Amino acid sequence: MKLLRIIPDDTKFGFMNFRNVSFPVSALLSVISVVAFLWIGLNFGIDFTGGTLIEMKASSGHADIAKVRTTTASLNLGDVEVQEFGNQGEVSLRFGLQPGGDKGQQAVVEHVRSVFGGDYEFRRVEVVGPRVSGELVQSGILGVVLSILAVLVYLWFRFEWQFAVGAVIATLHDLVLTIGFFAITQIEFNMTSIAAILTIVGYSLNDTVVVFDRIRELLRKYKRMPIAELLDLSINTTLSRTVMTSMTTSLALLALVLFGGSVIKSFSYAMIFGVVIGTYSSIFIAAPVLIYLGARIAAEANETELPNDENAQKVK
Amino acid sequence: MLRYSRGKIAAILLLAFAGFYFAAPSLMSPETRASIRANAPGFIPGWLIPSQAIVLGLDLQGGSHVLLEVDSGAVVKTQINTLRDDMRRVLRDEKVALAGGIAVLPRGVTVRIADANERARVSPKLRELASSGPAVNLIRGAAPTLIEYSEQPDGLITLTVTDEGITEKVRKAIDQAIEVLRRRIDALGTTEPNIQRQGVDRILVQVPGLQDPKRLKDILGTTAQLEFRMVADSGAASADVEMLPQVEEGSVQLPIEKRIIVQGEDLIDAQPGFDSRNSEPIVNFKFNIRGAQRFGQATTESVGRSLAIVLDRKVISAPRIQSPITGGQGQISGRFTVEAANNLAILLRAGALPAPLTIVEERTVGPGLGQDSINAGKIASYVAAVLVVGFMFATYGLFGFFANIALVIHVVLIFAMMSLIGTTLTLPGIAGIVLTIGTAVDSNVLIYERIREEARQGRSLVASLDAGFTRAFATIIDSNVTMFIAAAILFFLGSGPVRGFAVTMVFGIVTTVVTAVTMTRMMIALWYTRSRPQKMPF
Repeated sequence: MKLLRIIPDDTKFGFMNFRNVSFPVSALLSVISVVAFLWIGLNFGIDFTGGTLIEMKASSGHADIAKVRTTTASLNLGDVEVQEFGNQGEVSLRFGLQPGGDKGQQAVVEHVRSVFGGDYEFRRVEVVGPRVSGELVQSGILGVVLSILAVLVYLWFRFEWQFAVGAVIATLHDLVLTIGFFAITQIEFNMTSIAAILTIVGYSLNDTVVVFDRIRELLRKYKRMPIAELLDLSINTTLSRTVMTSMTTSLALLALVLFGGSVIKSFSYAMIFGVVIGTYSSIFIAAPVLIYLGARIAAEANETELPNDENAQKVK
Repeated sequence: MLRYSRGKIAAILLLAFAGFYFAAPSLMSPETRASIRANAPGFIPGWLIPSQAIVLGLDLQGGSHVLLEVDSGAVVKTQINTLRDDMRRVLRDEKVALAGGIAVLPRGVTVRIADANERARVSPKLRELASSGPAVNLIRGAAPTLIEYSEQPDGLITLTVTDEGITEKVRKAIDQAIEVLRRRIDALGTTEPNIQRQGVDRILVQVPGLQDPKRLKDILGTTAQLEFRMVADSGAASADVEMLPQVEEGSVQLPIEKRIIVQGEDLIDAQPGFDSRNSEPIVNFKFNIRGAQRFGQATTESVGRSLAIVLDRKVISAPRIQSPITGGQGQISGRFTVEAANNLAILLRAGALPAPLTIVEERTVGPGLGQDSINAGKIASYVAAVLVVGFMFATYGLFGFFANIALVIHVVLIFAMMSLIGTTLTLPGIAGIVLTIGTAVDSNVLIYERIREEARQGRSLVASLDAGFTRAFATIIDSNVTMFIAAAILFFLGSGPVRGFAVTMVFGIVTTVVTAVTMTRMMIALWYTRSRPQKMPF
C-alpha cells in the first residue's frame, strides 16, 4: 500500500532567511488588526453588551421578515437587529440594553412574546443584565491574561527565559491577529469567542513548544552550529508533524463548520483561523525571535546538565 | 519497551474496558438504565453500576437558566430598621426620654443621651445589641464584629453594621431565599431543578425542560410579603397611614393603616379554590393559633370597616368585614385567574423571601433547538472522526490503525469520565470533543514522526521504536501542559456552556496522553513481538 506523505523527508527550507519578510508582514497585519479593532470595533454579543437575544422559528416554516421588522420597530425598544437564518423560517432578534437596570430587560421578552407568540416558536431567549455583562467582560480578559502569564511561568521553568519570551511574543501575535479577524469579519464576539481565543492560545503554544523542544535538544547536540542554521534544522525536522497535526485539527474543525450548527460556527471559523495563524507563528515568529534574544548563550551555560544520547543506550 | 508483562497488559485492557463500561449507559434509553439500576445485585456499590448517563446541559436538553441577585441594599435596610426598633424598645423599657429621637444613618442608628446617669443605665443594655459572628478559624481566632457599639463623651451612642455584618446578613438571606425558592419550584412540579448559591449575593436556578419560563420568573421574582391591615378611616392620624396602590390597574390608591394585624408567616396553609357564590378563583388560607387569635380580635373590633389584604405593598383586595372571623380561616378573592390563584397559593405556602430578588441573567433554550443541536453535534462528530481516522490510516497505515483504536478509546474515556464525575455536556462541550478528535492524534503523530526520523538516521527498527516513544514523551508532556493550563483557566473563569467546553478539553488532554503513551505503545509492542518485522511499516 502506498502511504500518503504530505511533507517529503529531509526538507531543507531556509525558514530563518524568511524572517526579513515574515517580521514586517506580521507587524503590518498586527497594525491592521489593532486599527480594525479600534476603528471598526468588535461585534460584541449580548454576553458583553447586555441586552436580549431571541431566536424564533415560524410555525408556518416561512418567516415574513419585513413584517417582523416593522413590528419590532413599533415596540419602541431602541435599535433592534433582525436577522433571518437557516432555511426554515428562523429569525433572530437582538435588542440593546434597555433603560431601567435589570428589571428593564425583562420587559422586552414579555413584549416580544405577546406580539409573536402566536405565529412563532421561541427557540432561544437570552437576557443579560448590565452588571452581569460587565463581569463577563472582566472574567474574559482576566482569563486570557492569566493563561498567558501561567504559560510564561511554566515555559520559564521548563526552558530558558528566551524561550518563554519567544513563545509569549508569538502568542500575543496570534491573539492580536485573531482579534483583528473578529473585527474585520464582524463575526459575533461572545463568551464562546473567549473560549475560541483561549483554545487558540493553547494550540499555538502547543505548536511552539514542540518546535522549542527540538531546538533545545539540537542546541545540546550541535554546540557549534550557527543559531539560524540550527533553528532551520529544528523546524525542518518537526515540519511533517506540524503539518500533520494542523491537518487533522483542521479536518475536525471543518466538520464543525459544515455540520455543527449556527451556534458553533463562529467558534469554528475563529479556530480554523487560529490553527493557521498559530502554525505560522511558531515557525516564523517564535523561532526567529530566539536569534535576537540570544538563546544560544543560555543553552551553552547549560551544557553540563544532560548527557546527550542517554536514551540510545537503553535499547534492549 | 517491547516487553509487556501480563499484569501491565491486563491493567491497560481493564482501563479500556472500564471506559466502555461507564460510557455505555449514555447510549441507552432512560428505561434501560432504570432497569439496570433496579436489577443490580445489592452487593455492588452504587457507583459501580453502569446506570449513570452523561448529564446534558440546558442548551442541549432545553430549559431555563435564571441568575438571581439579592437586593443587598434592602437586606441592610431591614437590618437597620430592626436595630432602630430594638434601640427604641430598650430606651422605652428604661424610660429614657429623648430630646432628638433616634437618627437612622446609612449604616446604623444613633441616639444622643445627654444625661450621664441615664446613659450609664442604658449603655450596658444597648451594648448587648452589638454582636459578633462565629469565630472564623483557629488561626485568626477573633470573631468578626457584626454590629459595632460606640459611645462619644458628649453622649452620642452609635450602633453600626460592619462590612462583615452586611456580608453575614446577605449570606443568611441567600440561604433562606434558596430554601424558599426550592419549596416554590418544587410546587411547580418540574423535574430535577438545580438551585445553588453563586458568589456572595446570587442564586442560580436551572430548570430543565421548561418551554416558557414566564411562570417560573413570576414565582422567583415575587417577594410574597403578605400582610393583613385595616383600611384607614378618614379621621386617622396621617403619621399612621400610608397610601398603597391596588393590584388592579387604573384603580385609585387606598389609605392603609401602617399597623399590621397578621403577617404571612402566621399562615399554616394556603390552597387555591373557587368561590361558592360566583365560582371565581380564590385562595383559601388557614392561620396558626397566634394568627387566628389576632385576626379574630381585630375583626371583632372592626365589624363594618374594610380589611386590606396587602401583598408586596400592593392591595389585592379590601373586603368589608361583615362579621368577626374567629375560626382562623378565610379566603382571598381578587379577580384572580386560575393560574394567578394557584401561584399565590404556592407563594404563600412557601413563605416570603427575606429580600427582593432581581433577575440579572436569563437563558432559555427550547427543546426543539436542543434536539437540533444534539443532532448537529452528532453529525459533526461522526464526520470529524471519519475524516481524521481516514487521514491517519492513509498516512501511517497499520500504525495509523493503532492510533485510530486509541482515538476511539480516547473518546470513550472522555464520556466515561464525564458520566462518572457527573459533569455536564454542553454544545460547546461537543465542539471540544470534536476538536480533541483532531488534536488527540497529535501525540501519536509526534511519536510516529520521531520513529521515522530515528529510522532514517540508520537505527534498527526496534531501536527506532524505542527512541521514538521515549524522546517524544517529554515533548508530549510539555506541549499538553501548556494546552492544559489554558483549558483549566477557562474552566475556573467560564460559566455554563463555556465551562462545559473547558471540561471536555481538560478530560481530552488527560486521556490523549494516557491512550497515546500506553495503548498505542502496547499495541505496537504486541505487534512487533508477534510478527517480528524487518523494516518500517510506514
